[in-house]
Amino acid sequence: MSNLVIVEHDNNEVAAATLHAVTAAQQIGGDIDLLIAGENCAAVAEAAAGIAGVNKVKVADNPAFGHHLAENLASLIVEQASDYTHILASATTYGKNIMPRAAALLDVAQISDIVEVKSDDTFVRPIYAGNALATVQSADAIKVITVRTIKFEAAAAEGGSASVEQIGGGADAGLSSWVSQALSDNDQVDLTSAKIVVSGGRGMQSGDNFSMLHSVADKLGAAVGASRAAVDSGFVPNELQVGQTGKVIAPDLYIAVGISGAIQHLAGMKESKVIVAINNDSEAPIFQVADYGLVADLFEAVPELDAAL
Amino acid sequence: MKILVCVKRVLDPQVKARVKADGSGVDLANAKMTMNPFCENALEEALRMREAGIVEEIIVASVGGGKTEETLRHGLAMGADRAIQVVTEDSLEPLAIAKVLKQVAEQEGVGLVICGKQAIDDDSNQTTQMLSALLGWSQATFASEIKIEGEQATVTREVDAGLETIQVKMPAVMSADLRLNEPRYVKLPDVMKAKRKPMDKIELDSLGLDTANRLTTLNVEEPEGRAAGVIVNSVGELVEKLRNEAKVI
Repeated sequence: MSNLVIVEHDNNEVAAATLHAVTAAQQIGGDIDLLIAGENCAAVAEAAAGIAGVNKVKVADNPAFGHHLAENLASLIVEQASDYTHILASATTYGKNIMPRAAALLDVAQISDIVEVKSDDTFVRPIYAGNALATVQSADAIKVITVRTIKFEAAAAEGGSASVEQIGGGADAGLSSWVSQALSDNDQVDLTSAKIVVSGGRGMQSGDNFSMLHSVADKLGAAVGASRAAVDSGFVPNELQVGQTGKVIAPDLYIAVGISGAIQHLAGMKESKVIVAINNDSEAPIFQVADYGLVADLFEAVPELDAAL
Repeated sequence: MKILVCVKRVLDPQVKARVKADGSGVDLANAKMTMNPFCENALEEALRMREAGIVEEIIVASVGGGKTEETLRHGLAMGADRAIQVVTEDSLEPLAIAKVLKQVAEQEGVGLVICGKQAIDDDSNQTTQMLSALLGWSQATFASEIKIEGEQATVTREVDAGLETIQVKMPAVMSADLRLNEPRYVKLPDVMKAKRKPMDKIELDSLGLDTANRLTTLNVEEPEGRAAGVIVNSVGELVEKLRNEAKVI
């Protein structure tokens, strides 16, 4: 067996999510190579070579890959595919955008969002917002896989000594081009890797009221998240959304404030170790998954919590 | 320009999926079914493009058996001009669906395809990207804003780090995210009108495609539930328990 893990990066750093995909590859077994497609991404290659358990790092440094456009990356992956039995990426928007395109070009299925490796051809993946777990066996010669990061520990980022190989190939398909990005505030704690997350829902009533949650989060070293309702209402930007189609997280502590607990939201946070719910509606479904529930007006409870910390 | 909107019939998002006792799948017998929410976003966007004069005709298509027609009728009631049902009782994987939709897109000569980014039943998030690959067209996934400007489209995408804007050449395949728009409600006269709109049915077998499944589902089970929690009576009690019992702060 031979695994190729597609490295997610910003041309400067390896994304933490990739380390979890490497662990999934380790569980499948066999050699692990990494593919880095980027522009002026030597620093990424250097860091990736240090990831424990990696055999070789293949680097395609080309302006066509600078902004990770799906058409260009998928073609490169297809060029490399014949050397591998498994091609993996993390199930982030990066991996979700590229991998199905590569799979279709290879005429193979994609196995999305795996949460467990049963064997080299059998995997477990959640369906129906995580309300069911399907065990699926792939008959394809090349298995294209995206990995749900919270279900695999991060591989050690240091200690490895992989060789680095510059590869040619790949070109700009000329189909799309990058224009701009509006990224979240870098000063804030990263939602996907935070140990503690404080999330707000429709009950917050406004974006301004999220300042209460930020104050609590600052004291706990926590990230701030949100339900879909809060994002749809424009209280907070989309990258804070936790749920079936947003981010799936599993912090040590998740504090849900003014969140009713729709199936779609629970799908994104019910793997958290400890869940706290603060809601004035004692019938809210969020209380069914909460370890500690507080039935209270959040506008009184949150400032009180803030003061108590 | 003609536009193809691909839709899927799924379990109603408000209904919790129940796993069959024999582990063969999720029990959909007598369950409430609807159009996948993201597909409604895709269709709504097409309707707005037609209202803006960018699109002349909206074709809504789906692959499935029996009651798939109901979902397509809903699409016609929302405002699509005509529907295509590719009929099969088999449950096809995204790759096979993409192969079918490719044929439909080419036969109809559409200039744009919009799908929902993800179906809320199998949560695969694949069909759009696969269809785009098979057509060799440009790809714009997770769209929260689409502006068509002649031979180009500017698309804002919801990505993990925030928003990204790309420009794609037409023809293109795009997938709709939730913030793209708010789908309209269907009114009763629209439902009546939809009954008279054209609905083509194509037998899957007549297309001559390899749509065999690549994955075998060995088992479907419910995840482990969480143990029941406790209701605390005050913020003080909550903080005390988080510190001393759960030891997470």
